[in-house]
Amino acid sequence: MARKKIREYDSKRLLKEHLKRLVASISRSAQLRFPLSSSSTLGSVTEATDFAELTNKEPWLSSTRLVVKPDMLFGKRGKSGLVALNLDLAQVAEFVKARLGVEVEMGGCKAPITTFIVEPFVPHDQEYYLSIVSDRLGCTISFSECGGIEIEENWDKVKTINLPTEKPMTPETCAPLIATLPLEVRGKIGDFIKGAFAVFQDLDFSFLEMNPFTLVNGEPYPLDMRGELDDTAAFKNFKTYTFVILKNTQVRNFQLLHTFRVSYLYIVMLTGGAILSFRCLWKSTKPHRGLHSLVDEKTSASLKFTVLNPKGRIWTMVGDLGYASELGNYAEYSGAPNEEEVLQYARVVLDCATADPDGRKRALLIGGGIANFTDVAATFNGIVRALKEKESKLKASRMHIYVRRGGPNYQTGLARMRALGEELGIPLEVYGPEATMTGICKQAIDCIMSTA
Amino acid sequence: MATGQLFSRTTQALFYNYKQLPIQRMLDFDFLCGRETPSVAGIINPGSEGFQKLFFGQEEIAIPVHSSIEAASAAHPTADVFINFASFRSAAASSMAALKQPTIRVVAIIAEGVPEADTKQLIAYARSNNKVVIGPATVGGIQAGAFKIGDTAGTIDNIIQSKLYRPGSVGFVSKSGGMSNELYNTIARVTDGIYEGIAIGGDVFPGSTLSDHVLRFNNIPQVKMVVVLGELGGRDEYSLVEALKQGKINKPVVAWVSGTCARLFKSEVQFGHAGAKSGGEMESAQAKNQALSEAGAVVPTSYEAFETAIKETFEKLHEEGKITPVKEVAPPQIPEDLNTAIKSGKVRAPTHIISTISDDRGEEPCYAGVPMSSIVEQGYGVGDVISLLWFKRSLPRYCTHFIEICIMLCADHGPCVSGAHNTIVTARAGKDLVSSLVSGLLTIGPRFGGAIDDAARYFKDAYDRGLTAYEFVEDMKKKGIRVPGIGHRIKRGDNRDKRVELLQRFARTHFPSVKYMEYAVEVETYTLSKSNNLVLNVDGAIGSLFLDLLAGSGMFTKQEIDEIVQIGYLNGLFVLARSIGLIGHTFDQKRLKQPLYRHPWEDVLYTK
Repeated sequence: MARKKIREYDSKRLLKEHLKRLVASISRSAQLRFPLSSSSTLGSVTEATDFAELTNKEPWLSSTRLVVKPDMLFGKRGKSGLVALNLDLAQVAEFVKARLGVEVEMGGCKAPITTFIVEPFVPHDQEYYLSIVSDRLGCTISFSECGGIEIEENWDKVKTINLPTEKPMTPETCAPLIATLPLEVRGKIGDFIKGAFAVFQDLDFSFLEMNPFTLVNGEPYPLDMRGELDDTAAFKNFKTYTFVILKNTQVRNFQLLHTFRVSYLYIVMLTGGAILSFRCLWKSTKPHRGLHSLVDEKTSASLKFTVLNPKGRIWTMVGDLGYASELGNYAEYSGAPNEEEVLQYARVVLDCATADPDGRKRALLIGGGIANFTDVAATFNGIVRALKEKESKLKASRMHIYVRRGGPNYQTGLARMRALGEELGIPLEVYGPEATMTGICKQAIDCIMSTA
Repeated sequence: MATGQLFSRTTQALFYNYKQLPIQRMLDFDFLCGRETPSVAGIINPGSEGFQKLFFGQEEIAIPVHSSIEAASAAHPTADVFINFASFRSAAASSMAALKQPTIRVVAIIAEGVPEADTKQLIAYARSNNKVVIGPATVGGIQAGAFKIGDTAGTIDNIIQSKLYRPGSVGFVSKSGGMSNELYNTIARVTDGIYEGIAIGGDVFPGSTLSDHVLRFNNIPQVKMVVVLGELGGRDEYSLVEALKQGKINKPVVAWVSGTCARLFKSEVQFGHAGAKSGGEMESAQAKNQALSEAGAVVPTSYEAFETAIKETFEKLHEEGKITPVKEVAPPQIPEDLNTAIKSGKVRAPTHIISTISDDRGEEPCYAGVPMSSIVEQGYGVGDVISLLWFKRSLPRYCTHFIEICIMLCADHGPCVSGAHNTIVTARAGKDLVSSLVSGLLTIGPRFGGAIDDAARYFKDAYDRGLTAYEFVEDMKKKGIRVPGIGHRIKRGDNRDKRVELLQRFARTHFPSVKYMEYAVEVETYTLSKSNNLVLNVDGAIGSLFLDLLAGSGMFTKQEIDEIVQIGYLNGLFVLARSIGLIGHTFDQKRLKQPLYRHPWEDVLYTK
């Protein structure tokens, strides 16, 4: 539903494959001929098997000096000692083996390393920088002949052009970027920039950066690369994207692994409508497949769910602004899902919310804003059915339920919820549009914080 | 952008991709506001044309449906708003087509998930052609008392509660459609209400931005203050900060950027909207709130304090005498939809149709209460299905087997019988399957194929009244009625119809009683004594044996048997069976590519 970071391996692979297709007219020189390989060693696959297979598929691995580094969407790998240069395959295997599954902490996130990229080691002198960023009115393309890890320090040497959406990329528009390059490389790098831009547009990239790329025997060669795709365009780029994005779910989980020890609250929200002020953030190591397919394939409705804490170590938003209303995101439905969809969705949320009871109180917030068109009674029917199914689990996890909702048929929906509370004997409070969501959250927090 | 009013009480829209509910809600809003014309002039539903019936208050109106954007724009030159309910796959292309119509000024895109690059094309085109794009990923917007886009502001109850049926003094713009509804309520509580509210949508690159609309509100004299609800992610709010700093906005602005919680998450987290990604300090809610506050906007300390901030700003304007008092009007009552009223238990309505044989509402269709899975899994045949759908009960296997034998025997009787002949002639005239089939079926009647029912009726009547074969046949003769089920064009007493023999053998083996058949045989014995061709034919055999089936199975009451014979069930059996053959003849002729049939002159006696 938005911009998705993709692995370095995929960025390079997409560029290599599609440059060839897209720039036949530009020139042969813009084609990339680098080999690369991604080794994903997970689960029961042993390192040895993996490498043997890999070498069969990619014979260049055993005949080339290699570079290996984790390929998991985090940066500063060099500074963390996670990049090794000029190794042979055995050394690469050893390097991977030593680091596979090792927890690293990056910007407060901790997770084991699971994926590496292996590529040829390329001795080089010149390091160029190229980035393309999509903005509202066009694209910003930046180029520098002083790329590499010192790019921040040399930012004044970066040349930038803004290409408006309605304008095509031409040699003239590209000229200011490469004007100062020596003649013998100017044409080649100009073609490469135009080629990279063509790939960027054709595959709906929203961000692309090569820092650095170099020339090997006069041919452009990206050494490090980052990319972001606009996954709303997946329907246009179906074949290209499926592979990248599916593979990526595992990577995104790394991003979402946080260790919050702010407090011991367990707050789950089932919100309807976009209540940005109130979204709980969760985390999980397991993607919810059933939900995923439900969300993406079958319905025009929007059902979003991100689990941030698999063990129910939850945080609260007793934040920096006093009692800040601001809870994080986690689960949201909108766009009028039907009862069956909500039922399945609620089952997933409730399973997560009631997992691993620890004797402490938990709170479940159901509802959200005043719906524009989502039928509250119908969606609540689905939630009521799920709550009934999970009655014992709810009781075991000492769940307190808070409901707040407005919109079509909300009176009926709220009445059903009230009746359900009495029927199940679970603490359940119900509010309509007259109460604010923020107030309800405060109550939920108070309830959980009380020692009883 | 900038300039002022987008909508008025006479604004009309074209609605792309027919959706009954949002359009009805727009029309209900129109009625509530006392608009004279409906706000939807035309509907575009690719591939269909005609009219859609909708309510405008108590009355039903017909809104024209067009198959293309161009046709709709040409037919409704005064409609200048395009409301696009296309899916995310096709929203960009249809929006671009709409922007290219000279009559269209504003395009609202509802779909979530339009690719960024496509939206950028729309933005570029709209900018250079001075048009306005609202969305994608939005519910739309509303000008109180004048015009409403699609589902904006939700139900009628909510619209009344938020006083959106008449203009107030507050201009409101938010990213989120859901939150805008929340704020319409809040603003109605603490001010004289909304003048105009826009939800720009949650995408990274919205078609029009928060500041675009704030600057527009600044040019609308009736808007006295502006409320802005932003969210983390993106830098849209900074263009508003710039506009405030440059003194381009001279009305009070109350603003809140939600998502301050994101700071607690150390890495990037995607919130509900594509644009709400918490990356970078500049894009954080805190930074934006602070920048807005420093630029002169009224920024509360938290979302809860937002309401108070709006209230205080409004009261200050009120004290300064800058607010023109709103003339309160009582909105008319919207007639409740029958379905809603039924659902809430307020009214009841009689049904128009009653059905007892099948039900398709559950997990799987049921025939007379038997689910499709049992029918398939238990190896039922066509005879069982007939027994369920025609007789509403599961008959024993010998009965359903008998029904199947009847169908097989009656499926076809060659190309020369009148039904097949008609079908062949029709098929050769180039008509379709159904026409060819029914032209054959329409031949079935008292002289062709209709004898089974009559045979059953007369045999039953005679047997039940205890008439001897002699009395029955002579009685019929007196009345001038040929005994149905007796007589054959070719078959003779010494050359019986094979089909009749098969039926009789089956029945003697499986039926508990064959009294009606024995009676028919007695009748045949008598008629054969009169003429050698008066044999029991297949109609007579089926008719009499069916009586035995009904009576002998013990599953029908006397009244039920009378009714079955009366209604014409047995004719149904013949129609069903013969359809198989008639369909075969149609296919046969078509496969053989036979030309139009013309009866030869030589074969007609032309006479005076």
